[in-house]
Amino acid sequence: MSWITPELIEIVVAVLKAIVILLVVVVCGALLSFVERRLLGLWQDRYGPNRVGPFGMFQLGADMLKMFFKEDWTPPFADKLIFTLAPIVAMSALLLAFAVVPVTPTWGVADLNIGLLFFFAMAGLAVYAVLFAGWASNNKFALLGSLRASAQTISYEVFMALALMGVVAQAGSFNMRDIVEYQAQHLWFIIPQFFGFCTFFIAGVAVTHRHPFDQPEAEQELADGYHIEYAGMKWGMFFVGEYIGIVLVSALLVTLFFGGWHGPFDILPQLSFIWFALKTAFFIMLFILLRAAIPRPRYDQVMAFSWKFCLPLTLLNLLATGALVLAAQ
Amino acid sequence: MEFAFYFAAGVAVVSTLRVITHTNPVHALLYLIVSLLAVSMCFFSLGAPFAGVLEIIVYAGAIMVLFVFVVMMLNLGPVVAEQERQWLKPGIWAAPTVLSALLLVQLLYVLFGTSNGAVVGQQTVDAKAVGVALFGPYLLAVELASMLLLAALVAAYHLGRHEAKE
Repeated sequence: MSWITPELIEIVVAVLKAIVILLVVVVCGALLSFVERRLLGLWQDRYGPNRVGPFGMFQLGADMLKMFFKEDWTPPFADKLIFTLAPIVAMSALLLAFAVVPVTPTWGVADLNIGLLFFFAMAGLAVYAVLFAGWASNNKFALLGSLRASAQTISYEVFMALALMGVVAQAGSFNMRDIVEYQAQHLWFIIPQFFGFCTFFIAGVAVTHRHPFDQPEAEQELADGYHIEYAGMKWGMFFVGEYIGIVLVSALLVTLFFGGWHGPFDILPQLSFIWFALKTAFFIMLFILLRAAIPRPRYDQVMAFSWKFCLPLTLLNLLATGALVLAAQ
Repeated sequence: MEFAFYFAAGVAVVSTLRVITHTNPVHALLYLIVSLLAVSMCFFSLGAPFAGVLEIIVYAGAIMVLFVFVVMMLNLGPVVAEQERQWLKPGIWAAPTVLSALLLVQLLYVLFGTSNGAVVGQQTVDAKAVGVALFGPYLLAVELASMLLLAALVAAYHLGRHEAKE
C-alpha cells in the first residue's frame, strides 16, 4: 500500500471537508425556506405552514417533491442556452464565495490570501444570473425586473467593497483567518468599524435581493420580476440561491465583525463551531425579521439612499480609519 | 501550474475568437465574459492572484455588466443576427488577418528569440507588492490616472444632472 502517502490523505481529508461544508450550506439554504415561513407566521400573527408533520416540519419534503416533479418548462420564445445558464450562475456564484469563509480554526475550504476579494469577485459575477434570466425570458416584466436588479446590485456593490476596506486597513490583510485572529487579539470590529458594519449589512441585504431591497421581484408591479418565466427545478435554484446568499452574508458578518469562531471575551474556545453557528443563525433571523417588519421603499429612494447616503458614509469611514491607522503606527 | 496556464490560455483564445465570429450580440458578450475569466485564471497560474481577482471584479463584474445592460436594452432580434452574418463575409477577413498574422510573427520572434522568460508561478505578487509598486515608482502615473477619472466623473455628473430651475 505504498500509494497511501500522508499528502494523499491530507488531500482526501481537505476534499471531504469541502464537500461537508458545501452540503451543510445547501441544506441550510433549503431548510431556511421552511424556517422563514414559520417565523414570518409567528411575527405577523398567523399560522404559517403547520399541516405537514409535527409543527409542519415535513413541509420542506413536500415542497421538494412538488418542485422535482413539476414540468421543467422552457418557453419557446426564450433563449435556451442563457435561460438554462442563469439559475446555475445564481446558485453557484454565492456557493463558491462560501469557500473563503473560515468556519472553525481547522475547518474551511480555501485559505486564500485574497479571501475577501474573492467574495467581491463572486458577488460581481452573481449579477449575471439576474441579468441573463431577465433577458433570456424575452418578457417585458422579466426584463424590467432584471434591469432594476442589475442597477441596484452594481450601486450597492460599490460601497459594499468600500465598507469592508476599513476592516482590511485595520487588520492589514485580505485573508479571512488573519482578520478573525486580529479581532481575537484586539477588539471585535463591530465597535471600531460600526459604520462599516451598518453599510455592509445594508449592502448585503441589497445584493441578495432580500426585502426591503427586493425591487427586482416586487410582486405588485412586476409580477415576480426576472424569474417570472421559470418553473420547477430552475426556479428552485433561484430560490435556494437566495437563501444561500443569506447564509453567506450572515457568515461574512460574523467573520468580519463579530470575531468568527471566537466566543465573547474568549469564553469556551473549544466550542468554536457552536459560536460560529449561533452567531450566523442570529443574523439569518435578523434577515427574516427585516422582511417581516419593514415596508418596501420606492425604487428611486433605494438608489438615492445608496449613492447619496451610504457611499459618502463609507468614504468618510475609510478616511477616518486610514488616518487612525497611520497615527497609531 | 503550467498545464493550468496553457489550458486557461487556450480557453481565452477560443472564446475570444467566438466573440468576434458570433452573430448574436448577447452570446458574443457571454463569450467575452468567459474570455475575461480565462485571462484571470492565467494571472492566477502565473502567481499574480491580486491581478487575477481584480480582473474579475473590474472587468467581468462591473464593465461587462454595463455592456450587457446596454445591449439588453437595444432590443436586438433575429434581424441583427442576419445583418451580422452579412457583415462577416470572407472577403472582410483578409486585411485584418494579414495584420494579425504580422503581429503574431513578431510575438513569436520575441518569445523564441529571447530565452530569459520567467517560469510559470515563480513568485507570488500579492496585494501589498502591487500597492508598493503603485505608490512607489509609478506614483506619477497613478496620480495622472486619478485626475483623468475625476474629469470623467465631473463630465458624467454634468451630463446626468437635473436641469437647474428656470
